[in-house]
Amino acid sequence: MILFDHVSKEYPRSGLALNDVSFQVRKGEFCFLTGHSGAGKSTVLRLIHMADEPTRGEVRVSGYASGKIRPREISMLRRKIGYVFQDFRLLLDRSAAENVAFALQVTGARAAVIRVKVGRLLAQVGLAAKAESYPAELSGGEQQRVAVARALANDPIVLLADEPTGNLDERATRGIFDLFRSINTAGTAVILATHDLELVRQNSGYRVLELDHGALVYDSTSSS
Amino acid sequence: MPYALREALAAFRRTPVLTGLSATMISLSLFVVGLFGIAAHNIRRVLERVEERVEVVAYLRDDARPDAVRLAQNEIATFPEVREVLYISREQALELAKQELGELRSLFGELEVNPLPASFEIRLKAGHHRPEEVQAVAQRAGAYAFVEEVRYGREWLDKIYLLRRVAGAAALVIGGAFAAVAMLIIGAAVRMAIFARRDEIAIMRLVGATDGFVQRPFLLEGFLTGLLGAALALSFTFLVYRILSGAVFQLEWIPDGWTLSGLAAGGVLGIGASAAAVRRHLRGI
Repeated sequence: MILFDHVSKEYPRSGLALNDVSFQVRKGEFCFLTGHSGAGKSTVLRLIHMADEPTRGEVRVSGYASGKIRPREISMLRRKIGYVFQDFRLLLDRSAAENVAFALQVTGARAAVIRVKVGRLLAQVGLAAKAESYPAELSGGEQQRVAVARALANDPIVLLADEPTGNLDERATRGIFDLFRSINTAGTAVILATHDLELVRQNSGYRVLELDHGALVYDSTSSS
Repeated sequence: MPYALREALAAFRRTPVLTGLSATMISLSLFVVGLFGIAAHNIRRVLERVEERVEVVAYLRDDARPDAVRLAQNEIATFPEVREVLYISREQALELAKQELGELRSLFGELEVNPLPASFEIRLKAGHHRPEEVQAVAQRAGAYAFVEEVRYGREWLDKIYLLRRVAGAAALVIGGAFAAVAMLIIGAAVRMAIFARRDEIAIMRLVGATDGFVQRPFLLEGFLTGLLGAALALSFTFLVYRILSGAVFQLEWIPDGWTLSGLAAGGVLGIGASAAAVRRHLRGI
């Protein structure tokens, strides 16, 4: 479903971010992407999201290949990819329900469909009671749940999470991680980028990809 | 209400001053074009009326042979531009002069010799009154040996045509300059709107909105601003027309086609300015 084939990425100012990285993520897989900050985790996620193009090599996601994909196809591909960030990236002037609905509105969904789906998504992340709350009225963990609900709005095949627990306390981290696990159990692949090795250690059953200075230095599936 | 329209109208509420400034600039540019449009249209109407009365008069030498004159009259009548050729004999000319210049009648009565020459009055077909056509007929009529002189009021015909061209060019240059400024201001308004909504745009991109979907509200905002400006310009122009028309001149309002073109021009200016700003600045988000 996701294939990195000898991918390197060089940015004009910051230099080499990824160096000859190859791996594959299958449908419904759960996978940690670890490494120090600056190791290239975010670059991997941006390449999957087709926000950047590799300098060398090829990235394939759900049948689309970097370099060949057209702008309109990028939009269509992104509807199949959920994305959450450390800083949540919610619209502060909209309620939780409106933030989730936004992801459906921009893809042209009908109002009646949006209403039903938003209710279901907020229930799924445990925030049905706070649908009308604004981000400023929610805790960090709750804001991240809204972001996850938004990421799931278009029924993605993969959920990308870039340090999703970086701003959360231990309890909220646990809650968000459990949410990711249940999303994965329902069939959505999850790629979770984190430098929180404690979180990785506590969940040692999952695949781990480790990056160091842009190179893939460890893949738990190939070593086992 | 569709998403793009709702967002475009929301932009008016969010930045009313900037939107107002954009619409005012477009209205100023089109107002200038409108004023010159009224001038050009009315000059054209005057010209059309004057043109109908333009005729070429060929004065004949006194020693012209009658058969040669008749032949020439028939020949000139076959020119493609010519409607009819009247022969005015010397006696008829004197008679006409007496009628037209009543107060000098006694003077003509005392003359022993008729000083007036015979002439052809060459009337032109409708639509054949352009200076170069009139000049061509005059030249061909003047080529006959017995034609002494040809007159057709060339200078003032040229002047009216020149005036019309100058009015048209001035409208284009001044209106164009205002339009350029209007486009820059609309561009700035759209850039500010994009900046104010950069988070929203980033999230639209994140969740897979197409570029067209992201751009549409901004294009619509530019279009509506332009249309508003054009409507304002039309109102100002009409006001000036009413004031001038009642008090100073008898003016005609511009044709409906021009009015519609003005409105369309406003919309196109607005959407063009937005498109340029949106394309450039969305790439940076």
